Amino acid sequence: MHKVLIVGEHDGKALNPATAKCVTCASGIPDSEITIVLLGADTAAVAAQAAAVAGVKSVLRVDRPENEHPLAAIFAPQLAALAADYTHVFGPSTSFGKDLMPRVAALLGAPQVSDLMAVEGAYRFRRPTYAGNAIVTVEADPARKLIATVRVASFEAAKSGGNAAVESKSISVTLPSHTRYVGAKSGSTDRPDLQTAKRVVSGGRALGSAENFKLLLSLADKIGAAVGASRAAVDAGYAPNEMQVGQTGKIISPDIYIAIGISGAIQHLTGIKDARTIVAINKDGEAPIFEVADVGLVGDLFQIVPELERLMGG
Amino acid sequence: MQKIMVCIKRVVDYNVRIRVKPDGSGVMLDGVKMSVNPFDEIALEESLRIKERGTNIEVVAVSIGIADTQQQLRTALAMGADRAILVQTDTPVEPLTAAQTFLALAKKENPDLIFLGKQAIDDDANQTGQMLAAIWDRPQATYASKVEISGNKASVTREIDAGLETIEVDLPAVVTVDLRLNEPRYVKLPDIMKAKKKPLDVTSLEALGVSAGVLLKTVKTEPPAQRQKGVMVKDVAELVDVLKKKGLI
Repeated sequence: MHKVLIVGEHDGKALNPATAKCVTCASGIPDSEITIVLLGADTAAVAAQAAAVAGVKSVLRVDRPENEHPLAAIFAPQLAALAADYTHVFGPSTSFGKDLMPRVAALLGAPQVSDLMAVEGAYRFRRPTYAGNAIVTVEADPARKLIATVRVASFEAAKSGGNAAVESKSISVTLPSHTRYVGAKSGSTDRPDLQTAKRVVSGGRALGSAENFKLLLSLADKIGAAVGASRAAVDAGYAPNEMQVGQTGKIISPDIYIAIGISGAIQHLTGIKDARTIVAINKDGEAPIFEVADVGLVGDLFQIVPELERLMGG
Repeated sequence: MQKIMVCIKRVVDYNVRIRVKPDGSGVMLDGVKMSVNPFDEIALEESLRIKERGTNIEVVAVSIGIADTQQQLRTALAMGADRAILVQTDTPVEPLTAAQTFLALAKKENPDLIFLGKQAIDDDANQTGQMLAAIWDRPQATYASKVEISGNKASVTREIDAGLETIEVDLPAVVTVDLRLNEPRYVKLPDIMKAKKKPLDVTSLEALGVSAGVLLKTVKTEPPAQRQKGVMVKDVAELVDVLKKKGLI
């Protein structure tokens, strides 16, 4: 049997939907038994949500004051100790998981499969390299533990309806004091979360200014979409970093992605290739974005976007 | 602060269009332009800026790779690194082996800070910095968009999914850098000439006591599935029509 430990991501109140996607990924491993572990100051509420994810056998709560903020240096030694009872340890390929999981892997002397996109066997997986331009199949030695970050855009979330047992666990490891949380600044917004949104409106350099970028926000709000941006738009200061979509930003898989004034560098395309439908609006008919778009419209975005808002919102 | 070590990887230049070999054994690398991994260039630039703000800070650029990797280290020296070390090997190393190699160098060099790019744009693994911090038993601050040093501490602002987060770490520490930390300087011709005289030591994995393990075997490389060519519409009304037919709005 393969015992898979999934490191649940949460903010103390809600379980991040990426966790249920990791469960779907892990359930693809033959003969698997899935446990979700939650580290936090108080994980009672989140544990109840994790226990309801279908396919999960048990949920472990590791509550201690030091776990209030997800610091890799604090979490990793606890997870490495816990990993003794498991064959696989998975986390989401989000900034939380990408920061944490390699530290766990190194403590265990184990390999990590980053951005796992398909399970082909208990120790055989597919993952993207070169910004998604070369997909590799990798094989690991079953004698070692296997660590992975799961490319969440590649998996549907596991359904709810589960009823896993919840257990509190104390792990006796000494935690370092060399790393301290100071604070966070989030672009809190009422818009849907970019990584889980069904609809995304995204803007590029052609918007020309932060002021013009508001055109997109208005369209997004009208149709209930999350807002994304190309690296060029973020670099130019039109949009905050958390909106960046692409190789080094967020990898997303909405039902509809509306790319406005985005030329479509390969680094950007790798972030959207799992979108069900890509709509491209650009004044340059030769822009590479049109090679991947399902629907393309060549024209001036400053005329098109307001009209689109009127017709789509109506 | 006396010494900063910065880890550099030689990768296919980011402008090169990657093509997979027809036999699935990898990607075509013959005659392809190679460069310093763009994130590592940002890591080096940050090291140089800290050096320039301080006094008597040495910046050591290190790399692991084939003999030609000296080219990328010469670029680092031309940008302003004081000296360089190449751990020469003909076989590509996995992130854990890279981390073990950098650890061996760190034990010799005793840097106060180790800078790396957050990921290399070839394998996109995003692992080496975190692994190095783990086995060095030191703090990690990944995805840095701002680094402030004061005494034996660093305050690092990190780019995370929800926005920005700030953590404080004791030195020595490992910092991996994100895109918006800085804009690397251009190398000028006189600097290239000067860099030729700077020391570049070559060593090996064996000399450092590191054995390169193969923990993940790549058995196949394929091009990604192509999306089907879509339709072009002539105006917004037609666009909305198509989306309605697809049931998207």
